[in-house]
Amino acid sequence: MTVKKLGLKQRYAHMTRGLDWETSYQPMDKVFPYDSFEGIKIKDWSAWEDPFRLTMDSYWKFQAEKERKLYAVLDAFAQNNGQTHLSDGRYVNVVKLFLTGISPAEYQAHRGFAWVGRHLRGVGPRVAAQMQSLDELRHIQTQIHTISHYNKYFDGIAEWPHMHDRVWYLSVPKSFFDDARTAGPFEYMIAIGFAFEYLLTNLLFVPFMSGAAYNGDMSTVTFGFSAQSDESRHMTLGIEVIKFLLEQHPDNLPIVQKWVDKWFWRGFRVLGLVAMMMDYMLPKKVMSWKEAWQIYFTEAGGSLFQDLERYGLKVPKYADVATEAAEHISHQNWAIFYQYSHAAAFHTWMPDKEHLDWLSEKYPNTFDKYYRPRWEMWAQAEKEGKRFYNMALPQLCQVCQIPMAYTEPGDPTTIAFRQSQFHGETYHCCSDGCKDIFDGEPEKYAQAWLPVHQIFQGNCGGATVPDVLAWYKMNVGADNMDYVGSPDEALWNQWQSGKMKAAE
Amino acid sequence: MKQIASLTLLQNDEARPIIEAILADNANARVMNMHGAIKIDCDDELVVNRASVEERLGRTWDPQEIHLVLVSMAGNLDEDDDRFLVGWKH
Repeated sequence: MTVKKLGLKQRYAHMTRGLDWETSYQPMDKVFPYDSFEGIKIKDWSAWEDPFRLTMDSYWKFQAEKERKLYAVLDAFAQNNGQTHLSDGRYVNVVKLFLTGISPAEYQAHRGFAWVGRHLRGVGPRVAAQMQSLDELRHIQTQIHTISHYNKYFDGIAEWPHMHDRVWYLSVPKSFFDDARTAGPFEYMIAIGFAFEYLLTNLLFVPFMSGAAYNGDMSTVTFGFSAQSDESRHMTLGIEVIKFLLEQHPDNLPIVQKWVDKWFWRGFRVLGLVAMMMDYMLPKKVMSWKEAWQIYFTEAGGSLFQDLERYGLKVPKYADVATEAAEHISHQNWAIFYQYSHAAAFHTWMPDKEHLDWLSEKYPNTFDKYYRPRWEMWAQAEKEGKRFYNMALPQLCQVCQIPMAYTEPGDPTTIAFRQSQFHGETYHCCSDGCKDIFDGEPEKYAQAWLPVHQIFQGNCGGATVPDVLAWYKMNVGADNMDYVGSPDEALWNQWQSGKMKAAE
Repeated sequence: MKQIASLTLLQNDEARPIIEAILADNANARVMNMHGAIKIDCDDELVVNRASVEERLGRTWDPQEIHLVLVSMAGNLDEDDDRFLVGWKH
């Protein structure tokens, strides 16, 4: 008689269940002190279903294989001077923004999932959180490795960890993860596992990495898609978390809905940086932000929320506002960075005619009417030697920490301002979405480390722009300002003329 | 509104037999080609059958090997020894 092999489902159950125990030296509530204060009620942890039935031995096997492939590409890229084969020298600014703004967030996600993996009482989510924690650590390591090659040639990335903690716009992604990591374990799972990984991560990695492929950045596309192959597992964890919480107790619904609303809006604000990369910073473009939003939020999010309706969960509040803003957000963000490019660690530029025409075509409702005339005015000012820099420090939103430059829903010529009072002080927000978040936990957001406030309080190296830039460790004249006239551009042009000579 | 099940895979030699198997086994699948990746959408559900992939690959194939070429997905996942399925049916 042949012995029948166990099926995947049974095998997985044997490998992953019954690994934990009821503690006897200490009460369980003391061993897991953080999983009750948020008000979430769990009746039965064993009802947790792992969507991917991946055991630890398979996990190591697949991850090792992914790493071998990635490092083979990185070697090939370096050996063949891949940096000289990019579509244009401007492209590297995308990589700079990625390493300074996104990669440290991978590390924060690693820490966050390690903590959640310790503090949830159920063994199923603990194992899943542990794997994700390891994935996130892999992501930041591969990103540092990949981008270190660019650091040999291009400016703006040498001081990335230092800058992440100090530079004004990097406080946007930093504060997003600080916010998630200072929440309880269930809110963290909804914030990062569900809202970020399931709803929004596609918008970050898929069109953006496809853009890297199109622009000749073989190394970034490889780490990007290698990371993204882990994201599929993270997405299923996110969706499982939300189903599990909603199935466990009806009292969980209003708590979860509030978190979904909050973290959708927080994520949407952070992703404005990606919107700008896609519409303005990729020399060869793959799709507009508006198109990506249509595919990955409207279509994919629509299917998901239709599924979650059976639990009573609704589409996030202000999803309609975010969809309307998809017509504006990349343009408004690029305008901010263009005006403050003396204080940013990457280069900016005004789009050329071909790029303007592409934007007009992709944004027929808004670009010609609201943005193209401004870009043409600024380009003209550059020609006349009067390049416009905004020397006033901007007011920042207390929640998303982005300069208050976004416009009212339905009225793109009026800047939106919202205010709340707390303990006799006035706090400012950029939108109803951010104001709701502030009003939900004013004692948390009143403590926000806002870069502009900190400068005015004398905590950022001094009272002048050069003092602050020195405190940022910004290499002035190389890391910042326009691409045109930068050392990056000079080096790129030198490589190009070398190619021309070789072709003669 | 129809609910869309979706798989995004790398555009490479390793993924090609999987892509072909998906397109053969899911009659209503729609394809979006991107640089470096391919997004396959289908109303309600999308299935990857082990047998179809093995037929094209000429060797045994464990559905979990899809991890090596998978970029993104949409739908609730159900996997066993014979197939890998994403969908919205309950």
